[in-house]
Amino acid sequence: MPSLDDFSGLKPAWCPGCGNFGILKTFKDAAVELGLEPHQFTIVSGIGQAAKFPHYLKCNTFNGLHGRSLPVATGITLANHSMLVIDVAGDGDCYGEGGNHLMHTIRRNVNIKLFVHDNQIYGLTKGQASPTSMEGMVTKNQPFGVLSEQFNPMAFAVALDCSFVARGFAGDQEHLKMLIKEAVNHKGFTLVDILQPCVSFNKVNTYEWYRQRVYKLGADYNSENRIAAFEKALEWGDKIPIGIIYRNNRLDFEERIPVIKDEPLVRQPFDISKVEKTLKEFY
Amino acid sequence: MLLPKSIILINYISFRMQCEMNPAKNCDIINFMDYSIKIGGEAGQGIQTIGDTLSLVFSRSGYHVFTHQDYESRIRGGHNYYQVRVSGNPVMAPKEAIDIIVALDAKSIELDTPKLTGIGQIIYDSSALKQRHDGAQFLDIPFTALALEHGGSKIMANTVATGAVLGMLGIGLDVLLGIIKDTFKKKGEEIIKANSSAAMAGHDYAVKQCIKCAFSAAVEGKPKMLIAGNDAIGFGAVASGCKFYSAYPMTPATSIMLYVASKAKEYGIIVEQAEDEIAAINMALGASFAGVRAMTGSSGGGFALMVEGLSLAAMTETPLVIALAQRPGPATGLPTKTEQADLNFALYTSHGEFPRVIFAPGTPEQAFFLTNKAFELSEKYQIPVLILTDQYLADSQWTFDGFDLTKLKYNDYRLRGEAFSSLAEYKRHAFTESGVTPMAVPGDAKHVVVTDSDEHDEEGHLTEDIDLTLKMADKRLFKKMPQIRAEMEPPALYGNANPDIVLVGWGSTCGVIKETVDALSKTKNIAMLHFSEIYPLPSTKKFNYLGLLKNAKTTICIELNATSQFARLLRTEAGYTFNRLVNKYDGRPFTVEELTGEINALIG
Ligand SMILES: Cc1ncc(C[n+]2csc(CCOP(=O)(O)OP(=O)(O)O)c2C)c(N)n1
Ligand code: SF4
Ligand SMILES: [Mg+2]
Repeated sequence: MPSLDDFSGLKPAWCPGCGNFGILKTFKDAAVELGLEPHQFTIVSGIGQAAKFPHYLKCNTFNGLHGRSLPVATGITLANHSMLVIDVAGDGDCYGEGGNHLMHTIRRNVNIKLFVHDNQIYGLTKGQASPTSMEGMVTKNQPFGVLSEQFNPMAFAVALDCSFVARGFAGDQEHLKMLIKEAVNHKGFTLVDILQPCVSFNKVNTYEWYRQRVYKLGADYNSENRIAAFEKALEWGDKIPIGIIYRNNRLDFEERIPVIKDEPLVRQPFDISKVEKTLKEFY
Repeated sequence: MLLPKSIILINYISFRMQCEMNPAKNCDIINFMDYSIKIGGEAGQGIQTIGDTLSLVFSRSGYHVFTHQDYESRIRGGHNYYQVRVSGNPVMAPKEAIDIIVALDAKSIELDTPKLTGIGQIIYDSSALKQRHDGAQFLDIPFTALALEHGGSKIMANTVATGAVLGMLGIGLDVLLGIIKDTFKKKGEEIIKANSSAAMAGHDYAVKQCIKCAFSAAVEGKPKMLIAGNDAIGFGAVASGCKFYSAYPMTPATSIMLYVASKAKEYGIIVEQAEDEIAAINMALGASFAGVRAMTGSSGGGFALMVEGLSLAAMTETPLVIALAQRPGPATGLPTKTEQADLNFALYTSHGEFPRVIFAPGTPEQAFFLTNKAFELSEKYQIPVLILTDQYLADSQWTFDGFDLTKLKYNDYRLRGEAFSSLAEYKRHAFTESGVTPMAVPGDAKHVVVTDSDEHDEEGHLTEDIDLTLKMADKRLFKKMPQIRAEMEPPALYGNANPDIVLVGWGSTCGVIKETVDALSKTKNIAMLHFSEIYPLPSTKKFNYLGLLKNAKTTICIELNATSQFARLLRTEAGYTFNRLVNKYDGRPFTVEELTGEINALIG
């Protein structure tokens, strides 16, 4: 059985008090409880504070470009769907720079577990507005306050019939751990947006701010009703729901590719003897 | 200067000259069939069907064929053409002069009549074009009426036209009837019979009515293979064990993806149409990282979007093959026309410094084998390799006696299964003598595989350490580069081994330059030097091509671009400056007559 020690990585370079620490700790706990070994999964990430995540634990890692983690994760999953593929992104990374990929990865329903560390700000580049920054938030780069409407990843995902849509909070680790485990055990693409306080640059959405607002979806909430889920996804402000907002049982992408029905692509040997026959087709 | 035989292409000039100087030799039967047939009309009229069918009849009859196409960026209307050159000798470029015009629209007659050869004929259907032409070179064939009468449907007008062309050339119908049988196998006997009758009707009509026809076909031979440039790249990828191809459609690169997709089931390949080119290259990198051979492709605009991904391949040392199918730019440019203006882009694009390889095949055969070499080198050195093609090469078909498949290379450089799990430890970017760290398949062992687009340490974790930064840059660049250069084959020399005049080209102009050398070599000491392995510039150890250039009196660099990008590369990398430059940048390829004329004008 794997233990927490198996997952120790580089010492994080995050600011003391950063919400990312809570997520990292929770992720390791979840991995241990899931019985995952470091070589059994790959974390793909982009660029940002959140994207440094895989270096701070131990696992297969492809730390790629800002905004481009989902296509890389897609390529890995299609080449080897026996590998658990996890994508860790920032809100700018995933909802801004890589927004187009998010839309299409949801459509494909590739079996990727996406965790967005949503601090509603650009952390690594020191405090510019992100797509999830709230309207009116003043930053050095938005001196008149954020003018665009806040992006709602939950409503977006439900609208696209994403197969698993959830929101967690870095300050509620037990609940977050449950979400991580549910996501890993779900078949298909999963989006978990994690409210993550950035103590250095986001002075609006603090631990306190979130704590006063978040509430857990109860047992009476039916996460399989898409219309109700959409309504739930629209909630933001005085009350912010956390939990599994929506889930469905769509077939995942890999199941629909006949070529990899029996064997992951990476384990299919290349048969060079076929080439002779193909050559004849040109006569 | 020493010239190994392997790089002197077998030339047939001497054979031709012997024939011409020796009337006793029976040249006219095997040699002097060299006809160009141009099918012109609107998009959607079936130009492609007639052209493809004729080419197939010719290649299966053992003739040498060269075809090229000119089309507009539209699905219906406009004016397109398909030109087929058929000969008893190898042909590898288009001619300006046309022997048979199949005019499916009036524009064809208007544009191409001046290009007719002395024995040239135009066939057309006066009822379809609603015009009549009386000259001796016109032959009015009622394609539609014959199709209705003999095939029962006017869709078969194209079959009538195809049969008619064969009739004019004095070529029998056996091969065509065989093709019809194959094509319509699924549609049943009725359709086969109808099409066959239509073909025969066209053939008969031409044989009887084309009194002026003076064509004579050469003796038929063993069937030849017929293949287009982009199909050859796609086939090369499939034959190299490519398992993953992700791209976004863009002419003229799309046909590579289509070819690979057509083989997906048989070979077990995943072809994914990405949401954009950024996704395409990143998906391919993900697949490659996971352990399979991966490729992507686009034209200039799409490749522009891949640029950051290209440097990601370099930084993470992830093998990747990229086809860059050039079209005239800037921006959207001329989507369906041809140009060689993206060499600089391929050479210098992307931030940072890293090794890359650039190939520019001149023929479909080279395209096939260079694609194979692209995979071999990208896997061996864990680098991006670019294959430059263009609309002209993409769509041109050539005949070959076959490809020597024993020349295909397939070496699996990845650490898989046992080979990986038996290691005591593993660091994805460990320093090695060669600069290459064996690449392991994640999941095949307890060791983890870590890589990063940030500068990283040997394990793959991000670092800002001074020493590591230097050592990693050296590993990627200086350790690998000399080995990569040593893999590059020198340019091919064609013609005289000690020439006074050297015509230099790269990529798809190979055929037309070769034929220009043929045309001029009767009176001039001339040769072609053709580069298909462009970067890193091959060393002169195997063949001192720079010496050859320096010893020549006139050296002319011929490029389908405005700024002589290859000439500049040779000056930058080898300090060599050409005497003369020939540039063409109107989006159209050179014809033999046009280039011969240009060269004559330069050398007097
Ligand atoms: C193509 C590209 N554009 C811009 C950047 C600079 N950049 C790095 S991270 C980042 C935004 C980080 O914000 P977010 O994704 O929310 O991550 P966080 O740091 O907040 O976790 C930006 C703009 C980059 N690395 N690459
Ligand atoms: S800047 Fe914000 S997100 Fe980044 S480490 Fe510091 S607190 Fe965390
Ligand atoms: Mg952020």
